[in-house]
Amino acid sequence: MSIRERLGRELLFFDGGMGTLLQERGLEPGELPEVWNLKHPEEVEEIHRRYFEAGSDIVLTNTFGANACKFHDDNWSLEEVICAAVKNAKRAQEQGVLDGRETYVALDMGPTGKLLKPMGDLDFEDAYRAFAEAATLGEKNGADLIHIETMSDTYEVKAAVLAAKENTSLPVFATMIFDERGKLLTGGDVPSVVAMLEGLGVDAIGMNCGLGPDQMLPLLKAMRRYTSLPVIVKPNAGLPKQKNGETYYDVEPERFAATMKKIVEEGACVIGGCCGTTPDHIRRMVEACKDHPILPVEEKEDTIVSSYGKAVILGDMPLIIGERINPTGKKRFKEALKAHDMDYILKEGITQQEKGAHILDVNVGLPDIDEVQMMKDVVTQLQSVTSLPLQIDTVDAKAMEAAMRIYNGKPMLNSVSGKQESMNAVFPLVKKYGGVVVGLTLDEQGIPSDADGRVKIAGKIIEEAAKYGIRKKDIVIDVLTMTISSEKDGAKVTLEALRKVREIYGVRTVLGVSNISFGLPKRPVINSHFYTMAMQNGLTAGIINPSSEEMMKSYDAFLALMGYDENCTSYITKYAAQAAAEKAAAQVAGGNGTLRIAGGNGPSQPVGTDTGNTLTLKYAIEKGLKEEAHHLTRELVKTRDAMEIIQQELIPALNVVGDGFEKGTVFLPQLLMSADAAKIAFAVIKDVLAESGAAEEKKEKIILATVKGDIHDIGKNIVKVLLENYGFEVLDLGKDVPPEFIVEKAIEEEVTLVGLSALMTTTVVSMEETIRQLREKKPDCRVMVGGAVLNQEYADMIGADFYGKDAMQSVHYAQSLFGTENKV
Amino acid sequence: MTDLRTKEAIRYLGYGKHAVDEGTLGLISDSFRDLEACAAAKSIYRIFECEHTGENELKIGKMNITSRSLGRNLKGCGSVVLLGATLGTGVDLMMKRFSLTDMAKTVVLQACAAAYLEEYLDQLQEKIGEELRQQEKWLRPRFSPGYGDFDIHHQKDILQMLDTAKTIGLTMTDSYMLTPVKSVTALIGISDSDEKCHIKGCESCGKTDCIYRRN
Repeated sequence: MSIRERLGRELLFFDGGMGTLLQERGLEPGELPEVWNLKHPEEVEEIHRRYFEAGSDIVLTNTFGANACKFHDDNWSLEEVICAAVKNAKRAQEQGVLDGRETYVALDMGPTGKLLKPMGDLDFEDAYRAFAEAATLGEKNGADLIHIETMSDTYEVKAAVLAAKENTSLPVFATMIFDERGKLLTGGDVPSVVAMLEGLGVDAIGMNCGLGPDQMLPLLKAMRRYTSLPVIVKPNAGLPKQKNGETYYDVEPERFAATMKKIVEEGACVIGGCCGTTPDHIRRMVEACKDHPILPVEEKEDTIVSSYGKAVILGDMPLIIGERINPTGKKRFKEALKAHDMDYILKEGITQQEKGAHILDVNVGLPDIDEVQMMKDVVTQLQSVTSLPLQIDTVDAKAMEAAMRIYNGKPMLNSVSGKQESMNAVFPLVKKYGGVVVGLTLDEQGIPSDADGRVKIAGKIIEEAAKYGIRKKDIVIDVLTMTISSEKDGAKVTLEALRKVREIYGVRTVLGVSNISFGLPKRPVINSHFYTMAMQNGLTAGIINPSSEEMMKSYDAFLALMGYDENCTSYITKYAAQAAAEKAAAQVAGGNGTLRIAGGNGPSQPVGTDTGNTLTLKYAIEKGLKEEAHHLTRELVKTRDAMEIIQQELIPALNVVGDGFEKGTVFLPQLLMSADAAKIAFAVIKDVLAESGAAEEKKEKIILATVKGDIHDIGKNIVKVLLENYGFEVLDLGKDVPPEFIVEKAIEEEVTLVGLSALMTTTVVSMEETIRQLREKKPDCRVMVGGAVLNQEYADMIGADFYGKDAMQSVHYAQSLFGTENKV
Repeated sequence: MTDLRTKEAIRYLGYGKHAVDEGTLGLISDSFRDLEACAAAKSIYRIFECEHTGENELKIGKMNITSRSLGRNLKGCGSVVLLGATLGTGVDLMMKRFSLTDMAKTVVLQACAAAYLEEYLDQLQEKIGEELRQQEKWLRPRFSPGYGDFDIHHQKDILQMLDTAKTIGLTMTDSYMLTPVKSVTALIGISDSDEKCHIKGCESCGKTDCIYRRN
């Protein structure tokens, strides 16, 4: 019988530890255990045999680190290692299984030992290739299944699962390493892991290593609460302990077996051991558990989307999907997309998270950009600044697939419709990568004008999805918001359809809310009331702008009114603070660019400043007071000329701070606080100039990059903020940037100054190489360098034009180069 | 009274003996609060024999090291603690997020994270030291790859010998940078004699005009 047929129907036993037993036989710390498959095959085989004798049904090959990222040996290739490893296990199987029971050899795949981008430097597709190679070799040499284990990063396990499933036809098991709080090292929790791995279609799911059996019990309960798959539990022989600098495990076989019995009672159906467990542990475990019935594997109905760090369950309490990452009707956003201005897009994401969004919609479709690449870039970058799950919003199936592949978690997808063509394109992707997909109730005939027509299409979508094995819980229905100014009954029909799809199918729902008021004045009035009505009629997740106060008032009030906000705690926290802030603001005297400072913890009090007891913009910037700078600039532009404000307030303030920094009386945090305050003031002035139709002055362009191999970008970011303040346009190429890319951009954008940053001696070579290539291909380009490891001598040696000891010096160099000393 | 970690953060920010402004002090206390919520400090250590195989030559486990400064640091030590520690990926993500919206906060957070990690290491070292004192053994100051002439490339050996990727999620890039960024690997010599007033890392450095210097 195949293992897939037995899985979840009977209790199956894994083996126990390998590494600890090899160490007893002389494996040195830091030595590659996989090499022992060839150097000491008899030792490896003996360990496998003893596990088969002890009652293991599944034995793992000694290939934990056998992947191209981790395994580097001068004598043996990966192919030789994996071939030998499977053979060792197969030989042991022949000799160790004496009772005729059916047993299996699983190819063991552990992590690469590298952190994936954007946190580390390993590319997702490189990780994928390493796992694909190992999985292919495993199947070729006769492994019966692939067991991916000890994974602490959802992104890495995703690469491994995709590699195993796309390149072999073997069953795939995946187990993760959790800590006692039920968290992965990279922050993910149990439901986020379950959602992603189920979406990817693994055959069994579970946990191994890190903890002992007692600590895994509560995690098993949590996992069983969410998963519809058979659960694997492989604990260590207790929590790791240290004595005299050595790690050891002290749960004896008998106690291990007793707890493993409880683990079976709690619903695990594939069990074994990890570090510190021995054939004796496994023998006792098999004896204690073998006649114990297993609990049935039950289908769970939660609608879950996830990111690397968290799961969001679409349940009864309404949630917010932030709509702002979308160019439709937004000039500034379109510009940002065209200019690849990632910072702007990321800030939209961060703001929405701060304002209370639970999921972020991501739409980057513009006629003249490469949507596939842009979608990948934005999704990757967003996932490096927010742990909110994303909703991939595109009509381009290629962009959707590209984003689903590199997305870290189980995404939400926007959308599929009742059109056959749409379902044919989207459902195979959902089946392969996993996801919760929004089903739009429209088909080849358009949008039905009545509720029943939309309900019927919802039914068709659910039915068609089922043919792919996609369950109802992974479909959320959008009954579509119609504009009331053109359709009198638009709102009523939508609300009725919303109610009916909830009642008839029990599915979760979404709506793009603001469409309702198109063409009407004061749209938020209509939007926010319709939003409340929709929630009352069963809306699970409104796609809204969380920065809209009216919408958030509707949402917060609904939660408080319907009992989702216990003791109204969230409401009180938010609105009591707002009330206090309003009161304080009322005490602030405005006008004429002066302001009294409201003391943080006392009544409003004047402060001593350069103009007596009132605050000037110059002073606010010098002191880095951001809110005050914002307020004062807004007041000043009413009465004074923009250029005059810049010349008389901003430049003098920046000069005072910059000089102080160079004299050693002002320090880096203060310099940057001032820079941030100035940035806010500039933004206000820029808006005013734009409104008045004044052409923006052309700015000199400078490229900044942290060189290839270097992932520390704080220094570069400091220089960027300051250069921007002094009126330069900075093209920030990011960190770990290859020399070729820097050269290409310099030529393309006709840039004559490039700033490079490197932190360590190991990456200064990349800096040198970048300079070399620039000299060759863009000889008119000057290069300034900076970074912890550099000094003038070093900079001269690698051929830089200028060495900036600190950020201000880079500003001065740029100013002298472009002759812009007195400009911002 | 300013606590030690705040003092250290101020030093990392380059203030030297200058008074610190209120704004920065506010950012420092915010940053430590954020770190308490966000950091998931983890560590692993093992003790290895240390052979002095020649002038400035050492053998620790499978690692052969040539370094004058490490040789001096470990003089007379027959064994050594190898340790790795990290604040986890959450801190990196937080810094990335702030770098988009608030550079001053990012810079302060960076200094505070360094101080937070050092404090965590001090506590860990204290704990290891206590255990060893019962065996009449004493610890030397921590020494990390990249200090003096101790080659940064030994980072790789240390990570392998401690299996840090698996145990605490600590890895490195192809350029030998630790990831997560707020991480440390170090050696701590174990000596049979208690050498009092053994100077700490910073003061032992020859660069006396450094703006980050403790004294």
